[in-house]
Formats: sequence, structure tokens, C-alpha cells
Amino acid sequence: MSTTFWIILAGAIATYLTRVGGHLVISRFENIHPRVEAGLNAVPAAVLTTLVAPAVLGAGPAEWAALVVTALVSLRGGLMSMFLAGAAVLIIARQFVG
Amino acid sequence: MVTEAISESRTGGDFWDGVRLSMPVVVASAPFAILFGAIAVDNGFSVLEAFLMSALIFGGASQMVGIELFGQHVAPWLIVLSIFAVNFRHVLYSAGIGRRIAHWPLLQQALGYFILTDPQFAVAEARAVSGKPVGFVWYLGLGLPVYVFWVIESGLGAVFGKLIPDTHALGIDFLLPIYFLGLVLGFRKRPLWLPVVAASAAASIIAYKTVGSPWHVSIGAVAGVLLAVILPPHHSGIGERP
Repeated sequence: MSTTFWIILAGAIATYLTRVGGHLVISRFENIHPRVEAGLNAVPAAVLTTLVAPAVLGAGPAEWAALVVTALVSLRGGLMSMFLAGAAVLIIARQFVG
Repeated sequence: MVTEAISESRTGGDFWDGVRLSMPVVVASAPFAILFGAIAVDNGFSVLEAFLMSALIFGGASQMVGIELFGQHVAPWLIVLSIFAVNFRHVLYSAGIGRRIAHWPLLQQALGYFILTDPQFAVAEARAVSGKPVGFVWYLGLGLPVYVFWVIESGLGAVFGKLIPDTHALGIDFLLPIYFLGLVLGFRKRPLWLPVVAASAAASIIAYKTVGSPWHVSIGAVAGVLLAVILPPHHSGIGERP
């Protein structure tokens, strides 16, 4: 078995642990401390931001234009429309900026 | 016998109700499944490995992060840890949905948690809040099409991704930050969203420059979460209800 296979298998087990783990932990407690709940509520924004921020810093004008359009479309549209708008701007801008 | 027939037809109706709700998710996730397959092969995965990763992990963002780090020749244990870190948000969903499905038989619960993705949680939670029961058959109707299409389209992307000629011109290398920005903005109505995003962004950029990838993900995430923990809970909209 290749290293890649073991990475996939271990990643699958780790992922399943996150999907079942919250229930297993919470079902042991009668009440959740408000600060723990606040921390858990912040997890999605906190994690996803870290996947964007360093990429934004290292990007150029074409990428920045795409991100600005993505953010603007997000005010009205859903995830799909904002993604398509951002991707379209990126592809067009790269024809000029490279 | 009559009762049996009725409950059977209801079960079938529940399944197709779930399938109908799954269709927007199937359509929206299709480009990402194909993109995943293409990037995976581009970063050194075989077609079978790309297919397996989608079938066993079934988590788009974490799969993308995993192959990105794999392409950068990061140590295997760090790749697995990063997949765990990206998927850590599912702990929330798991804790939330547990109340709705605790009455299912154990094997059904085990399968239910396996397909617990972002939209699966959102749609199931909405159904529970509206007062309807979250049954296993309905839940499976919602999740199964998403899973089947995700795995098949990943394989297609892996096979045909090589045909994409100039990935830079097509912007494929930067589509993910755009997608993740979209996800971040999708949570913008949550209390404390802006402070958490600001803290995580600052911490992840500093960590990226000093400690390096992929630690910036965990360090940035911890900074945002800690901020929410340290601030008095009423800032998070918790404890407002009597």
C-alpha cells in the first residue's frame, strides 16, 4: 500500500471522528458552558478564514479583483453565483494581467 | 397488512422528498468535485486515489487542502492533521444533529454521521426546527445523491482534468480561495463574525510568514475561537433567551 493510500485512510478516520465526535462528547454533558458554545460557534468562520487570508496576501491584481467581486456578489447572491462571478472575473483579468 | 402498505409508501415518499432537496446541492457541488479530481491528479494522485479520497473522506474543503499540501510534499502526518483541522467544524454539526437522530438504530446513526456535510446539516436542522421528524429514510434521500455524484464526478475530473490545457489562464489555482471566501461570507450573519474573521486572518498571516504552512490554519483558527471564548458570552448571542 502506498503512502498516499494511508494518508487517505487516516484522513477518512480523522474526518469521521469529527462527524461523530461532537455528538459523542455533547451527549455526555447535561449542559454546555456558554463560553464553549461561543467558541464552537466561531469555528467555521475562524477555520475558513485561515484558508483565504495568506492566499490574498500573496496574490496580484487579477486575484484581488476576483475576491472583491466575490465579496460584492455575496451581499445578494448564493454561494454558487458568487463563486461563478469571482471565477469569471479571475479568468478575464488574467488574460490581461497574467 | 394495510398499515404496512401505508407505512411503506410513506417511507418511499420520504426518500424522494429528501432526493428533491438534495438536487441544488448536487448541482452546486459538481464543479468542485470535477475540480478536485483535476487538481488531485495535477498534484500527483492517481485516478483511483482521487476516487478513493472522495469516497472515504467526502469533505470537499478538506480534500482540497489535503491534495494542496500533498503537492507541496508536506509530511503525511501533517496532511492528516490538516484534514482533521479543516473538518473540525463537523464537531459542531455532530453535536447539533445528535439530538434529532439519537432515536435511530445505531448502524443508521453511524451511517448518518458519515454523510454529515455542511448542507446535510443545514437542511436536516431546518426540517427539525420546522417540527417535522428527521427520519433515516428522508435523511438518506437527502445525502445519498450528493455522495454518489460527488464520488463519480471526482473520478471524471481525475480522468479528464488532464485535458484542461492552461490551468493558470483558467484560474484553477486560485478558485479555492474564492470558494473559501464565499463560505466565510456565508457565515457573516453570525454574532462576532467580523472580530473572529479579523483575528483568524491576522493570526494565520503571521503564522504563515513565521511558522509556515500548514500550521497557519490551526494557529489562525485557534486565535478566532479563543477570541469568542474570552469575550463575555452575550457578545456571541448566547444566553439572551430566558
